[in-house]
Parts: sequence; C-alpha cells; structure tokens
Amino acid sequence: MTALGSSREAEATTGLDAGPTAHVADLPPLTAQTEAEARELMARYPQPRSALLPMLHLVQSVQGYVSPEGVGFCARLLGLTKAEIGAVATFYTMFKRHPTGEHLVSVCTNTLCAVLGGKRIYDALSADLGVGHDQTTADGTITLEHAECLAACDHAPVVTVDYEFYDQQDVESARALVTALRMGEKPPPTRGAPLTDFRGVSRQLAGLSQHADAAAAQAAVDGPSAGVPTLVGVRLAAERGETAPPYDTPEPEPAPAPDVPTAGTTGETPAEQAADTAVAAAGNPAERAGAEQHHPDTPEPAGRQPAERGAEGTDRPATQGQAGSGTSVEREV
Amino acid sequence: MPLTPVLTQRFAAERSWTLETYERLDGYAALRQALAMTPDELVALVKDSGLRGRGGAGFPTGMKWSFIPQPKPGETPTGPAAAPKYLVVNADEGEPGTCKDVPLMMADPHSLIEGVAIAAYAIRSHFAVIYVRGEAVHAHRRLVAAVQEAYAAGYLGTDVLGSGWDVELVVHAGAGAYICGEETALLESLEGYRGQPRLKPPFPAVAGLYGSPTVINNVETLATVPYVVRGGAEWFKRFGPEKSPGPKIYSLSGRVVHPGQYEAPMGTTMRELLAMAGGVRPGHRLKFWTPGGSSTPYFTPEHLDVPLDFDSVGKAGSMLGTTALMVFDETDSIVEATLRFTEFYAHESCGKCTPCREGTSWLVQVLERLVHGQGKATDLDLLTDIADNILGRSFCALGDGATSCIASSMKYFRDDYVALLPPDEQVRLGRSLRLEPVAAVPVGAMA
Ligand SMILES: Cc1cc2nc3c(=O)[nH]c(=O)nc-3n(C[C@H](O)[C@H](O)[C@H](O)COP(=O)(O)O)c2cc1C
Ligand code: SF4
Ligand code: FES
Repeated sequence: MTALGSSREAEATTGLDAGPTAHVADLPPLTAQTEAEARELMARYPQPRSALLPMLHLVQSVQGYVSPEGVGFCARLLGLTKAEIGAVATFYTMFKRHPTGEHLVSVCTNTLCAVLGGKRIYDALSADLGVGHDQTTADGTITLEHAECLAACDHAPVVTVDYEFYDQQDVESARALVTALRMGEKPPPTRGAPLTDFRGVSRQLAGLSQHADAAAAQAAVDGPSAGVPTLVGVRLAAERGETAPPYDTPEPEPAPAPDVPTAGTTGETPAEQAADTAVAAAGNPAERAGAEQHHPDTPEPAGRQPAERGAEGTDRPATQGQAGSGTSVEREV
Repeated sequence: MPLTPVLTQRFAAERSWTLETYERLDGYAALRQALAMTPDELVALVKDSGLRGRGGAGFPTGMKWSFIPQPKPGETPTGPAAAPKYLVVNADEGEPGTCKDVPLMMADPHSLIEGVAIAAYAIRSHFAVIYVRGEAVHAHRRLVAAVQEAYAAGYLGTDVLGSGWDVELVVHAGAGAYICGEETALLESLEGYRGQPRLKPPFPAVAGLYGSPTVINNVETLATVPYVVRGGAEWFKRFGPEKSPGPKIYSLSGRVVHPGQYEAPMGTTMRELLAMAGGVRPGHRLKFWTPGGSSTPYFTPEHLDVPLDFDSVGKAGSMLGTTALMVFDETDSIVEATLRFTEFYAHESCGKCTPCREGTSWLVQVLERLVHGQGKATDLDLLTDIADNILGRSFCALGDGATSCIASSMKYFRDDYVALLPPDEQVRLGRSLRLEPVAAVPVGAMA
C-alpha cells in the first residue's frame, strides 16, 4: 500500500509526523490480517466510517502511532482522502503523532490532582527522564505526558501507565514505578489489568481481543477495579446499617419470559411476594457485611496512607469477605 | 439523610462485574419486567418517576425518550418516524472532578447494559452504542466482557428473551477529547469525524446519529433505569425532592479525609456529605468547592446547607452538574485553581467558534500574569469582560462552562485576586493589601 513518504509535503497534508525514518524503518507492517480486522470493525456499524477511531487505535496497536502508512491504510479502506483522515487523527490527543515508547506514562495535572501533588510528580518524572510532554526517552521505553482529569479524582493524585491506574501516587512512588518500567518490569496497577504495553492496550481500544489465550484475557478483565474510595460509601452504609427504602410491595413479579402472562396477572400469593422482597433486600447488605467483616481498616476507611496502596486498591477484600459471611448477614438484616 | 446504596449496592460484591453475580443480585429482573410492558408504558413509567439526566443538565429522561418520533398506529410512517432509532450512551466522563461513571462501569457494567436494553426497547431501537472515554480502558474492557456475557445469555442480540425484539450493542472507545462529551460532538465523533458540536436544532431526537432520531443518555441515568422499573415511580420519588428525585452518586475528592463515592438521596447537603467523608483534613478549613465539576460555579462554606438537587443548587447560583464535589481548603489558591481549570478549557476548546477559542486562551494569559505577580489593576475587570463575552456567545456549553470559575471566584474571592497584584497596582485599584482570612467554618467540628 502506498504510505505517504517521509516528506514535508506529507506532513503538511496530514498534520502527522512523517519521520523520523530511523524509527519508521523497523515499523511492523500493516498486514492482510490487519486489513481483515479493520474490515471487521467497519462491519460493526451501520456506516463504516464510524469505525475510523477504532481503526486508528488498531493502527497504533501495530505501529505505536498514527503513521503515514496507517493514514493511507484508513483512507483506502474507507474511501477517504489522507487529508480527511489526518484531520480526524490530529483532533484527538490519544492518537500519537510520533512513535510512542513501550509504555505511555500519563500524569494527571488537572486541578484536583495538581493540588494534591500531581504537578510535582510530573515535574519530577520529567526531570528524571529528561523528556517533556509527549516526548519519548532515548531508550524507547517511556513516553511521558501530562493528562487532563482522568475521572479518578477520588484516587488523586493518579498516574496511568498504558491507561491502567496507579492511584494515590506521590513523587517517590511514581519514581519507583517508572524506574521499574525502565528495567522491563511491569508493576501491577492499583486498578486495571496486568500491564502489557501501549500497543497491546491499543488493541483493546480498537475493540479487538488483546490476548490470544483465554486465561490471560480473563485475568485482564478480572484485574482489580474498586479502590478504597470506590467502596467507601457502601462500606459506611453497611457499618451504619443504612439502606435504600425497600421496593414497594406488592412487588411486581418479574415476568419469567414475555410469552408467559405478564406482571400483576399471575396471581402470586402475598407470602411469595414478601419472600421475594426479603431476599432481594437481604442480598446486598450481606455482600457488604461480608466485605466489612474481613476488613481490618473499616469502619474508618483508610485515607491516603501509603502502606495501603498495594493491598487496598484491589477487590480482594470483598472477595475474601464472601466466604462465611453468614453471621454478619444476620447481624446486618 | 442516610446513605442509600442503590446503583452502588453491588460494588463490594465478589466479582461484582460478572453476569453470575449480577443475576444472583436481582440482575436482569427489570429487563424481563420491562419486556412484559409496552414501550409506551415504559416511557410513561420513567416520566412518572421524575428521573432527570445525570450527565449534567438534568433533562427529564422520560420526556427525552418521548421526543423520538414513532410511527402512528395504522399509518405508514414517513420522515423521522420511519427512520431507524438509535440509543447512544455517553460514557465520555471528562468533566474535571467527575469520577462516578468510570467506577460504575468497572464495578457493575451489567447494570448499565440492562438499562441500555430497557431504554432501547422503550424507544424501539435496534442499535445502541456505548461511547466510552478512551482513557477509561479498564471500564471499556469490563464492558466488552459484560456485553459478550449478555449476548450469550440472550439479554442482547436477536429475539431478546423470546420477546421478538432485537438489539445490537457496540462498545466504542473514544480517543481523548473532552468536547466529545457534548452530545452532538459525540455524534460527530461516533460518525468518524472531528468531535465538533453541531448546530441545534435539529435536536438529536429528530436528527441524531446518521441523521436519524437518537437518544443520548449518561451512564448513571441509564444505570438508574432498571431500579425505576423494579421499584416503580412512587418508590423512586421517595428519594429526595419531588422535582428532582432519586438516589445519586456523590463523588467527593480533594481535601477530605475519606474521598470517594457516596450514594445518597438527591438533595443531600454538602455538610452531611462532608461529615460522612470524615470532614476536611485535620487542622484545615473548607475554603471553596464545586457542586458538580469545574463547569459549575464555585460554592463556599456559606453553601454547606444547600440541598444538592438540580433546582436548589440552581437557585443558590450554581449547577448540580455531575455532583463532582471537589473540596479545597485554605492552603489552596483559588486563582491558581481557576488558572488550571481555564488552561483545561483552552486546551479542550474545539476551535469551532471564536469567543471560546480566543477567549479561553486570553483568560489563561491574564490569569497567568496575575498568578506570577505581574498583574495589572485593570486585569480584574478584564477577566470579567472576557468571560462576559464568552458566556452566551459560544456555540456550545463548553464555552459557557469555562466562565463559571472566573465569574464565581471573582464574586466570592475578589480579594484573593487583589492580593496577587503588585503593591503599586493595588494602590491604583484604590485598595491596599488587606488579606482578611476568607470566610471559613471549621468543618471538623460539625459532625
Ligand atoms: C463540554 C461538555 C462535556 C460534556 N461531557 C459529558 C460527559 O462526559 N458525559 C455525559 O454524560 N454528559 C456530558 N455532557 C452533557 C451531554 O451533552 C448531554 O447533555 C448528556 O449526555 C445527556 O444525558 P442525560 O440526559 O442522561 O443527562 C457534556 C456537555 C458539555 C457541554
Ligand atoms: S464553545 Fe468552544 S468547544 Fe463549543 S463549539 Fe465553540 S469552540 Fe468548540
Ligand atoms: S483531576 Fe486528576 S483524575 Fe480528576
């Protein structure tokens, strides 16, 4: 396929980086398989152009940025001009104009994180790595950027690596993280899947499966998600015994299937309805109480103590709490 | 008011994101119930419940659904009524301070999917998209997995639960642009263009995705729908004020002891929420806060007892927005906070209209020189002037939102701006450096 050459003209056409050739030379090519995958994405939407953003993520998953070849690839498949593709790609900050390092490290420096130390973290990493915003270390391991609010302000200040969250960071923890990354390690995120790399995660964003084997795919989905701040409200409610008002009775019966007589006409007895309601009401406090019981640091949910970072920012406490939560269920209900 | 976990009730459950857990905890019961109703009955139910959109503007959800033109019985439909209908979920969460939708999608993706299925059925749509912010990759991953589970279990796809109704659901990742949270910009982006807002009217309900009738709803709005179906309108109205009811996820962040997600009835006050969150960090005092993200005018300690619902917050001079309660104390400079927010708007301005594109950058320049102690006496009025020229003259609400922090900080903390002026400029302003401690209450003492 005709990629735009590395020329001034190419850069002017697409607004994207047409060099440097040193990196570009060893770019993995966009293959027939890439094309088949792109066509699969196009087929998901009523109109194929809707797949453009996913396709650009796909290009990044192969080449680490929106290369001139990738622009040509999307243009050809969608029947658009390279300038049209370039105009779209340059609008979005996640589409990179230069080859990205193995990992993308993003430091939130929006107000809330900045106030709690995000700006200091960014400055320290920038100084350590000797790179500025949207620049890559000479060894090609890290691209650094400052990010806008990442919808994790309750975990501030946050850093992401390949968009997986490292919550409640400080200068020291962020430095340790980046040092580990540069040594080829992949420290587990506080919330997110086990780290792969920027290209790997771009496949996920394209809407394609990132992992060849099912176990790895499941491990990614099961990566922790709920940090202390996520659960602080439900835990406090459980501790205080506060709940939402129960559903009104008589509770409309869920129709088992639409071809069965509809709700309200099945003549379920009040006793059965009451039992249903009780079960529905009991289910969740039980979960919460279970989580609660095995949680040494609740009822006072731990705040921002560094020691907590590793252990707490996972779903595990709730998981452990599941087993044998019987007694606390009774206490709770 | 007490905590009332409804949307967050499964968050602490074991493997809360799986279909197995969701079904065990009453999941998809609402969809069965909904499919036994007619679409019109569902729209009426959601209207009766008083549910208002959680994406920021608080638009009544049932009414939005009822705007979709539908074929009239016995008539051959023409125009928009004949076109396919689309449901688009706004999962682009990017308003600074906002952090409710991403944790919800990570912890309980099926509640959103169930809400999507019910809403799509109600508006007679066969194609729905969840537009997820690209940076929220773990939420995206969980949603993709949950959608697969839902297809396999017959909650999505052809002939949903034997009802004869089909629906496709695609999870679509954005690529980093705050403006794509604006609903028409989101549609542009979803069609594969730059995310720039469209002129309204026509509204998306008539000409939305691919020019067809489209409902765009926020994640939290749709995740609330299954509970409305399960509990009924009267139950739903038991949470909070009549005109703005329902359980609401309040997100506290910043200078509080226990930041995080607290779900309580609409109309809960900041004083109550702060008490739940352990108060402002010890030894410090609340100085300013946002009720609903950076686009909503700042509040001060004098607003601690404002009920946090759409109407009460509006009356008190701000907006409920996304209930993103960012808390700042006396060590935080309001002018610097305002500068950072304004830099954000300047960066995220899509460039389509001049007042926002030029105005936000100009605001940044003026704020920067003030913060660096190089401001002029005239800069205070200049800031207000620029903001006045953006507000109401911008093409979309991003521009308007960018002026909130300027106008409200000027209103409540003008002295903080004055204090940053060099002494001679202060003299020019007819004021001398007079740094009174700003109004503050000891929050720790209130629980
Ligand atoms: C600049 C801007 C950004 C927005 N970002 C979001 C967003 O991230 N998520 C969201 O749901 N609504 C966002 N909105 C509001 C949407 O335009 C729209 O009102 C909302 O999605 C409607 O959903 P609802 O009726 O369920 O509230 C944004 C609006 C503007 C002007
Ligand atoms: S107000 Fe700003 S974001 Fe909205 S259209 Fe104008 S330039 Fe774009
Ligand atoms: S300000 Fe950093 S995540 Fe919101």
